[in-house]
Order: sequence, then C-alpha cells, then structure tokens
Amino acid sequence: MALITCEDASFAYEGITAVSGLNLEVRGGEYLCIVGENGSGKSTLIKGLLGLKKPQSGSVLLGDGLKTNEIGYLPQQTAAQKDFPASAYEVALSGRLSACGLRPFYSKADKAATDENLARLGVKDLRGRCYRELSGGQQQRVLLARALGATRKMLLLDEPVAGLDPVATQDLYRAIEKINRETGITILMVSHDIRSAVKYASHILHLKNTPLFFGKTADYVKSGAGTGFLGEFAASGNRPPQGGGRHD
Amino acid sequence: MIDLLTEMFSYAFLVRAVVVGSLVSLCAALLGVSLVLKRYSMIGDGLSHVGFGTLAIATALNAASLTVSIPVVLAAAFLLLRLSENSKIKGDAAIALISTGSLAIGVVVISLTTGMNTDVCNYLFGSILAMSHADVRLSITLAVIVLTLFALFYHKIFAVTFDETFARATGAKTGLYNMLIAFLTAITIVLGMKMMGALLISSLLIFPALTSMRLCKKFKTVTVCSAFVSLVCFFIGVVASYLYATPTGASVVIVNIAAFLLFWTAKLRGIIRKRRVSS
Repeated sequence: MALITCEDASFAYEGITAVSGLNLEVRGGEYLCIVGENGSGKSTLIKGLLGLKKPQSGSVLLGDGLKTNEIGYLPQQTAAQKDFPASAYEVALSGRLSACGLRPFYSKADKAATDENLARLGVKDLRGRCYRELSGGQQQRVLLARALGATRKMLLLDEPVAGLDPVATQDLYRAIEKINRETGITILMVSHDIRSAVKYASHILHLKNTPLFFGKTADYVKSGAGTGFLGEFAASGNRPPQGGGRHD
Repeated sequence: MIDLLTEMFSYAFLVRAVVVGSLVSLCAALLGVSLVLKRYSMIGDGLSHVGFGTLAIATALNAASLTVSIPVVLAAAFLLLRLSENSKIKGDAAIALISTGSLAIGVVVISLTTGMNTDVCNYLFGSILAMSHADVRLSITLAVIVLTLFALFYHKIFAVTFDETFARATGAKTGLYNMLIAFLTAITIVLGMKMMGALLISSLLIFPALTSMRLCKKFKTVTVCSAFVSLVCFFIGVVASYLYATPTGASVVIVNIAAFLLFWTAKLRGIIRKRRVSS
C-alpha cells in the first residue's frame, strides 16, 4: 500500500481554492519532487499533506502505518530563527518531540538518535556550536537532522536549497539523495529548481493549481509540461527563481 | 555590607518584598527568553496595563487585589493571543488598544473613588510596602507552580519557540503551549506588579533575556544565565533603593540596564579581540 494517497483532493488558502483535482500516490522509497511556479499551490499542498489543513474536497489517506505526526518536515526558515540562541544539538533534539509524547524530558534513546542523525548529515562536530553562527548550508543540515529525528518513513522538504550558494546547494542535494538511497526514507520535496529535480527525483508532480503532470521523471522530461518548463529556463538562460511565496 | 543587610532584613516588609521579588524575577526571567524570541515582548507590557486596571477596580470594590486581578489578566492573555493569531486587528494594534483602554479605565475608577492621589503613583511605579502576608503566601504558591510547569514543559516551550510550524507538523499542540506561556506570563506579571509597578514590570521579562542573549549561545545557558542575571539585578536594585531611598521598581530596572550594557560591551570586546586574532 502507498504511504500517501490523494483522491481528487483540493485544498484552499484563505477561502480560495489553491490546488484542485489532485490524484497522487507516493510509495515507500520514492523521491518525489513537486515543482511549479510561485502561487501554484505548492505551500498549500504541503500543509494539506502534513495534516495542518483539511482537504476542501476529496481525501488524503496515509497508509503503511504512517501517521501525520511522523512526517519529518523541513520548513522554510523564518527570520526569527536566523538569530536564535540555540546550539545545533538543541535544535536537532527538538525533532524528537513527538517521540517524547507526554514525557517531559528526552530519553537516552532520543539523545542517541539525535547524535546519529547529526553524524549522518556530517554535522556532528558542530553539535555544540551556536545555530545562528552556522552557514546557511550547515543550518539546513541541522534542520534536516531534526526532521530525521521525527520520522522513520518520510521527509517533506519545503524549498530546502532556498538562499544557498551553488556549492552548498549541490552538497545538500547529495545529502538528501544519500538519505533516500541508504535508509529508504521517502522524500517529498517542493522545489523551484527544476533541473536538480529532474536530476535527483524518481517522480515529478508539476503543479499549476491543478496537476499538469504526475509520474516518473523519465516520462516527465519527454512530456509537454516537462519540455515546456525545462525549455523556459534553457531559453532565459537564468537560474530558476528562488524563494517561495511564503504564507503562514 | 553585612551590617547593612542585617539592618535591612530586620524590617519584616523588606523580607517579604525580597522573597516575593526574587521568585517573580526568577519566573519572569525564564519566561522572558521565550517571549523575546517569539516576538511576544509587547504582550507582557499589555498585560501589565490590564493589571493596573484590575488593581484599581479591586481597590475600589475593597476586594483582595491579587485574587481579582489574576483571572482578569489571564482572560486578557487569552484574548491577546487569539487576537494576534487570527484577527483582522493585528497583534501590536490589539495590544495597544487593550493596554491603553485598561489604563484609562483604571485611572477613571481611581479618580472616582479615592481621588487622584499617591495610590495612582504606587500602582504605576510600584511600592515596596505593597506586599501583605496573604499576598506573600499566594505569591509563593503561584511562583512555585509557574517554575514547576516551566521545568516540565521546558523542551516543549523550546520547540514552539524555535519553530512553531515544525512543532505543529510533528503533532505538538502548539496552541496549548502558546497558551501556557501566556498564562504563566500573566500570573508572573500580576504577582510582580504591586512591587515593581504596572509600567515597569515588563522590564523584568525583557531585560534579563536580552542581556544573557548578548553572550550565551545555547538556549539552556541563555535561560539559566537570564535567571541568574535577573536575581542578582533584583537584589542589587533592592539594596540600592534602600540605601538611596529611591523607588524599588525603578532601581531594579536601572540595575538591569547597567547589566545589559555590561554584557553588550563584553560582547563587543569579544568581537574586536577575535578580529585582532584573525587579522
């Protein structure tokens, strides 16, 4: 059974339908990239998948024993976080909050898991450093370690490379791919960066308020939606637009 | 120095003031870290003005001021959070509305009952003589509750302070924890208000947190340092106010300003030294 199944789902943002007619199936171990322009409903869809927003119509079903609070989420950074006095370890440990349940304090297992996740992302030696003094790429790795702490099955990443320089961007993509390959954790990534999406993802969902394409990456590249979107970037010769239309 | 302290503590009212004041400083410093980082600083200020209004009304009705104030300020905290989360009137405007509104109501109530006299001054700027025996008992009980809840929910408070979206996505009841922070703040403010004054009490929330954030780099050390700074500043402030016969609340705030400047210059010096070493 699939981890996430959307059946003719639609989601609204402030009363206006942002995503409609969505049929989607995500299975264990897949790497799905959700691409689309600003205002195409990507952020609203994320809230829907996380269970923070109920579908306006249709349904979102979680399967394979996945619960909504077991999706490891990597949100876009807020301005307040950029100067937050916390160590990298404290930030990563807070990913174990849902595993902690009603217990007021973290257990040894929580702490061990956090160290393991930091090590997996190659930032274990930064554990005692202040979060606000880390580089953008290091901060994202710490947040990714936190997201890993909250899940065993699925990571949902919202524009993980926004604001990173090209080298840090590629490093982070490789780290995400490694997690997907080595642990079999399903990746759902929202991205503007269509080229990297095509390069790394196994499946693509191209959204423009309704799905223009959903399927394997190899088919996407040949499809009308894919060649159109990819062609636009090739023609303009520019990097894809950065940073989403953030709405909380 | 020891003579001075024995002399001070031979006055029962001063002992009461120091006990309650230390507990309030401790609670305020711990909660303040979260409030400052969540950009909720003004909520504390707004609540203290509501406290002024309720204090005036309680005195007019001849009721026990703390017992009347606490539920009203709790209700105001609930309202302010709701308003700042999902309303057409945005958070800061809502706070300004509620705080000036209750200030006006308080002043009118006082002038209608006892007339504009020293009472107003005491409410606004605090009085060291304000703590009765009943107040002390209630304050100690409530302060212990605030400290216990803070310790039990420390990790949850960190999570909603650092990243509310993530916490909510992983199933934390963020609304509940925000409410908890606001309620604990409301109780702390009411407890400290009579001594520190309605206009000055929110400084106890904000100053120690900002001071320790100059130097500390971990959430835990910021919290511990903030509690420590707050206690030390309070104590020095009380002693100074006794020595120079200055108002207690204002003296404590001035010591807090000094501590902030001290930490700030220490940080600047640290940065300059680092640059020298690297260049």
